[in-house]
This record gives sequence, structure tokens and C-alpha cells, in this order.
Amino acid sequence: MSSDTYIKRPNRPLQLYAVIFLIALYAPVLFLPLFSFNDSLYVRFPLKEFTFKWYVELFQREPVWNALMNSVRIGVVVAVLSTAMGVFAAKAITRYRIPGRGTLVGFIMLPLVVPLIIFGVALLVLLSQLGVPLSLYTVAIGHMIICLPFSVATLIPRFEGFDRAIEEASADLGENAWWTFWRVTFPMVFPGVVASLMLTFTVSFDEFIMAFFLSGTQPTLPMYIWGQLRFPQEFPSILALASMIIAMSFVLVFLGQWINRGAQPGTIKGDET
Amino acid sequence: MILLPFAILLVMSFWTPVGFEFDTTPTLNNYREAMERPIYGALLERSLRMSGIATVATVILCYPMAYYVAFHVHRNKMMWIVLMTLPFWTSYLLRVFAWKVVLGYEGVINSALISVGLIEKPLEFLLYSQSAVIITLAHAWAAFAILPLYVSLEKIDRSLLEAATDLGDGPVMRFLRVTLPLSLPGVISASLLIFIPTTGDYITPALLGGPDGAMIGNLIQKQFGPINDWPMGATLSIILMLAIAFICAVFILLTLFVRKRIS
Repeated sequence: MSSDTYIKRPNRPLQLYAVIFLIALYAPVLFLPLFSFNDSLYVRFPLKEFTFKWYVELFQREPVWNALMNSVRIGVVVAVLSTAMGVFAAKAITRYRIPGRGTLVGFIMLPLVVPLIIFGVALLVLLSQLGVPLSLYTVAIGHMIICLPFSVATLIPRFEGFDRAIEEASADLGENAWWTFWRVTFPMVFPGVVASLMLTFTVSFDEFIMAFFLSGTQPTLPMYIWGQLRFPQEFPSILALASMIIAMSFVLVFLGQWINRGAQPGTIKGDET
Repeated sequence: MILLPFAILLVMSFWTPVGFEFDTTPTLNNYREAMERPIYGALLERSLRMSGIATVATVILCYPMAYYVAFHVHRNKMMWIVLMTLPFWTSYLLRVFAWKVVLGYEGVINSALISVGLIEKPLEFLLYSQSAVIITLAHAWAAFAILPLYVSLEKIDRSLLEAATDLGDGPVMRFLRVTLPLSLPGVISASLLIFIPTTGDYITPALLGGPDGAMIGNLIQKQFGPINDWPMGATLSIILMLAIAFICAVFILLTLFVRKRIS
């Protein structure tokens, strides 16, 4: 591929644009940790002394811990259930000839493209007509619907990424479908499963709109933050809380993507670096 | 299963609220009211316009970035894609909150400009305006644009570009005649993926929009919250979905038409 060198020639302006783009993408979010260590009630320049007091104050608050526990509980349940459903959905979609496969994928991916507020109110109306009281369970149901497309999208490239002949070989060697799945398929897609668990946990942990419409008296962490935004004196503590949540999300998602590398859209097989 | 909530939403849009209960005789009153009261139409139109602007801005700004990664990054491509999409995975609420910190009356931009001495008083138009909402929407949904754009650019057969060069096209003509038309599917899906969810957004306008920047999502939320008129909220949701579907259909037909004319 020596003839396409003109494409490979570095394009300086474009490179500069890319760097500026990335800076602009991250800059707003990075101001949160910056000001969370600032010893002032107001978010403004010039910066005052460095302090940990907003973090310390945060750790002494009972409601923060309650909301955190609610979010973690929902996140774990949603991650496990939506990943389990995602594994079966991805296997069915990639392995079996099922009628209306495109429609099925379309339905699973629907929550990604319908405005979430409409999904939220539609579920709210459904649950209230069924007489189901709002609670953490209803929030979890809402999150499952949002997380399933992420799980399926993470897992499908994994299922497509390995040679089906390996599964057939296992069957030929006398394993039944169940053991073939556990001893051959599952280990092969395992990185995708781990990635899906981490990504869906993060999505659920950070999710606000569904929680807004579907939670009862117990708030999730984003709901708690939303409630505190009205009070100017709470601003620095919320900055501290937001910084920790964002840092945790970055780490989880980055790890998830890293574990699942090589199964991304657009990558050619064997092109992993 | 997944359509059931929408079916109930549709049914409820024909009901009437009576205190905390509903009168379930089907009536078109909600739709009539939505047509007659100008506030609904104005809010819907404003939402569509604002997210339309945000969509165009996002796609235009993200296109060069996706192009750069698809054509000019050869090592650690994965790393670039993860870097570009990482913020998208973190809390939407917190990213909007971050923009409030940046654009606020005493926020990052204003206080920085004041301490440098460029301005005397804070710029008031930064926060609580339509432009604040549009900036935040464009920023928050960038990852949704980059991925489809990148995939469609990455798929382009490089030998077509060589052929164009061999036949005498310069870089600009080559881009306009080969790369751009071939990446059109990515542009279309990126536009739809941003336009549809942003039209119904209510967090961004609620935190950054002020009275001028309110969108239809805020009104829907209020119907289910303080106003407590669920059937009207259901009606507005249905109207919003129909409006989005209509605009998307027109958009897709238009692009198909344009593509036919080009080729």
C-alpha cells in the first residue's frame, strides 16, 4: 500500500483541529474537580486556597450515603440482568436464523433513539395504570430498558468476532449445546461480558431522566444532586460529589473499553494495536 | 412488550383529568387545546429549531474529527475512539451541570474575562439563553455524531480515492466528489441520532435555558409534575413523537432525492 502515501501525508491543520476538539470536549467537565478543591463558596476565578473541606463535608452527610447505596444497588442489579439478557439476545441475533431479526434489533435499540422523556412518561403511565407503586424497583425496570441496547451493542461484535467453526468443532466432539456454550462460547465472549457489566453499571449509576419519573421516595444519587442544585450554598459539595462520580465513570468505562478492545465498530479483525 | 407503554400513552392522550382520577371517555379535547393554545405550538417549534441548530453544528464540527481519525490516524486508532466517546458515557446531568459552571453569571468564562480585564461586568447572555442550551446540546451529543461518521468514513474504499487522484482531481474535488457522497449515510444517521433525542431533552433547558430557552420537554415534565394533567402530557408526548417522525421522514426523503441527483 505504497501508492496511497498522499493519504498518509500528515495534515497539520486537521491535526491541530483534532487536538483542539479533544480539549474542548473535556474542558467543561475538568472545571468541576478544579473548583471542588477551591476554598470558596463561589465558582469563579481567581482561585482561592486548596482545600479538601468540601469532600470532608460530603462524607459526613447521611443522605449522600443513602442515595449512593440506592444507586449502587440498582446499578449492580441492572448490570447483571441486562448483561445476562444481552448475552442471550446477542447469541440469538448472531447465531440463529430468526424471522424479523432486523425488527428485533430495532426494538432493542429503540430506547437509544426515542427521547428518554417520552420513554419515562410512557413507563410512568403504564406502571400507574397497573397500580405498581413507584420505588427503586421501578427505577431498575426503567434502567434495564436503557441498558439493554448498550449491552447488546457491546456483545454483538464479540459474538461475530470469532470463528463459528470452533463451536461446531465442540459439537462434533460430543458436547451438547449447553456445555458448548459454557466451555467454548462463553470464554470467548467473556471480555465482552465484563465490558458490558461495567458499561451498563455506569449507565445506570449515572442515569437521571428515568429515575426522575420512576423513583418513589428513595432518591438515587443523580436525583439527590438534582435536588441540591437549587441551593447555592450546596454548590461546592455538589462539585466534589460530581468530580468523584465522573472520575469513577471515566475509569470504569475506560477499563471496560480496554478489556473489550478489538471488538469495536469499524475495526478490522486482526487490526488491534 | 416495549410498545405497550406507548400504546397506553396514546390511549391516555384521549382522556380527561378529573381531580386525581381520569374520565376515560375518549375525547379529542386535548389535541384541540394543544392546537388552539399558541404556547404549545411555539414551544414545539422552538424545540425543533434549537435541536435542529444543535444537530447541524454537531455534525459539522464532528465531521473533520471523524475524518482525521479515519484517514490520518494509523496507530492507536482505538485509543482515539475511546477518547472521543468517553465523556458520552458519564452522567448527562453532570455534563450539563459542568456547562452551568462554565457559563454561569459568575462562572468560569465571565470571571476569567473579568480578572484578565477584558470586560467590566459579567456577560449576561451566556447563561439562561437559547444559545447556552444549543452549545450544551451540541457538546453533550458529540459522541453520537462521531461514531456513525467515523464508521462510514472508515468503510470508504481507499482505491476510489486513488482513482480520483489519478484521474486528475485535486484534494478538494476528490473530497467533494468521492469522500463526501460516500460518507452521506453516516451524516444521515448522525443527524437523526442527535436530532431525535435532543428535541425531547428537558435537563439542559431546565438548568441552562431560563424562560427563553425552555423546550417542549420542560412542558411535558410539568404536566406530569406540578401541573398534574397527565392526559395533556401524554398528548404533548404523542404530538412531539409525530413531529419528530414527520421531520425525520422528510429529511430522509430529501437526502435520498439529493443522492439520486448526484449519482
